[in-house]
Amino acid sequence: MTDDTDAHTDRDRDRDADADTDTDADRDTQTDTETETKTKPATDDSSRLPAIGPGRLALYGALLALVIGYLSPLYGGLTTAFKTQEAYRETSPLQPPIEGITVDPWVTAGGELAMGMINSFALTIPAAVFSALLGSLAAYGLTKVNWRGQAFLLALFLAAVFIPYQAVLVPLRQFWSIVDISGLHERGELVELIITHIAYGTPICTVLFRSYYQTLDDELIEAARLDGASLARIYRKIVLPLSVPMFAVTLIYQFTQIWNDFLFALVLLSDRANYVVTLELNALQGAMATDYGVQMAGAFIAALPTILVYIMFGEQFAKGQTM
Amino acid sequence: MDSLRNSLRRLNPLSETATEQSQGTQTQGSLAGRLRDSDFVESMPFWLPPTLLVLLFVYGAIAWNIAISFTGWSGLGQPEYTDLSLEMYRQLPADQNFRASLWNTILLLITFTGSSLVVGLGLALLVDRKIRFENTFRTIYLLPMALSFVVTAIFWSWMYASNGVINTTLNVFGLDLLTHNWIGNPQFKLAAVIVALIWQFSGYCMIVYLAGLRAIPDEHYEAARIDGASTLKLYWRVIIPQLRSSTIGAVVVLMVFALKAFDFIYVMFGTNPGRSVDILAVTMYREAFSSSQWAYGAAIAVVLFALALTIIGPYAYTQYKRGAL
Repeated sequence: MTDDTDAHTDRDRDRDADADTDTDADRDTQTDTETETKTKPATDDSSRLPAIGPGRLALYGALLALVIGYLSPLYGGLTTAFKTQEAYRETSPLQPPIEGITVDPWVTAGGELAMGMINSFALTIPAAVFSALLGSLAAYGLTKVNWRGQAFLLALFLAAVFIPYQAVLVPLRQFWSIVDISGLHERGELVELIITHIAYGTPICTVLFRSYYQTLDDELIEAARLDGASLARIYRKIVLPLSVPMFAVTLIYQFTQIWNDFLFALVLLSDRANYVVTLELNALQGAMATDYGVQMAGAFIAALPTILVYIMFGEQFAKGQTM
Repeated sequence: MDSLRNSLRRLNPLSETATEQSQGTQTQGSLAGRLRDSDFVESMPFWLPPTLLVLLFVYGAIAWNIAISFTGWSGLGQPEYTDLSLEMYRQLPADQNFRASLWNTILLLITFTGSSLVVGLGLALLVDRKIRFENTFRTIYLLPMALSFVVTAIFWSWMYASNGVINTTLNVFGLDLLTHNWIGNPQFKLAAVIVALIWQFSGYCMIVYLAGLRAIPDEHYEAARIDGASTLKLYWRVIIPQLRSSTIGAVVVLMVFALKAFDFIYVMFGTNPGRSVDILAVTMYREAFSSSQWAYGAAIAVVLFALALTIIGPYAYTQYKRGAL
């Protein structure tokens, strides 16, 4: 029995590895600088790797040119955000701010966006947590327990991931004018937006968790069921602890999505005090149409949380994107 | 998407490809049968609340939107559901703005999707050639994907400004002739949007293709090498064809995104971006939320939804046929 279970666990681990090729890729990257033996590109290129020939130089040249291209919008923004008005007028946007350097644009933009940043955090954190939790529960109920009709519900969740939100905007506005939480409290609009994001985030979270739960060991859960454990107990004691890596992926995905959202906020928020940072940034652009320094500083401030999350959790971010 | 499909296919006990699974769990057949009915009830607390939420907010809202599109609702009042007609849909074909934005939407969809895939594949092939600092390169190419469209629209409005990064760079290289008012001239507006969106999404295509490239078994490379295939032939004949399923997954994601590329255009140009760059998502918002033509906006949203269905439908159907659901 134990042998059997072990064999299955091994097989499942293989599946797991198959299912997330991204982590495979990462593992490859870490190992193949040292041991260039088993990975496929090694067989392809192994003869050429040590020698830096013209081909390799061209390759690195192309990669670096692309880096310059990909970073140029950020670079142009960064130099401009540190220039005084005078330096902005007199120097090229390609020049770093050497004379006429200032942090004034950052102070101005920071002051304008501060409330929006706070509102964005107040929106994003609960919405990400609850949509991830609902996704996990739904995926567990639809994956680890077998009953008829599952496939149909899963199809509904999968299709809901791809819905163009324009198709629900008018009813959404109607719905929240009938279920009028914003009439109860001055922060009610934010609560409406949180619930909206939870609802539209749940499908993608369910899909992400389902792909992960399918790689979990069925034997373990069957054994627990034979021992008389309830589904709720199995979820709490077995599935939830094993879900931690997937919660990281899902939370990062949802954090980025909800923080970056503009459309739902634009439709649902009317009180300036509730504006999230994307709305404030758009307003800042309108108010400071000619002051590119403040606009650029504002863009960096609004993007900072997602950039930090991306740099710290790049692997999980990539995994969420590729599902 | 790929990994999901593979694991779905491998593990779903209802699909015919899941034989290895059913062999492994033969002994549970009768047990599962006995548990099935109670499972349905017992698992309800897990899937029912999220399902109800999705049914209400997604499918209920879509149905409601279709209902609104049959009314003549506009202005401050409430919709009259007693007087339904196809009037809004009759107005669509004659509306020059609608026709222009439908055309732009399709143009954006095709050029953006095609170019992003080509650029992403190029990036993936470069990054996959056993390079040093691979992680750094990948991180930089994927970075724009972590940014909000509001943020990227602001960066790119500075790129495209008359004294901005692109024109200045052209001047440095003595290419003054090529400088343009990129986002003021209707000729270039849509192209400017597409270039910026490719910048933002090609990193996504890169990681999808990288995952696909690394799933190709070593033997395929070796076999082609032994056959004496040139590098170009190797990629064209052996590698690219095996990236088909990666491509299909990415195409669905990119196309569906292209349909709703609202934020970027709205932030860069406002609600009235001009006929050369108007897309259905923007037209819908303008009609409904700026002009209070709620029913007309809802009808445009139905057209947009129908376009999305023509992409999602075949995809979901083939997934279902392959036993992936």
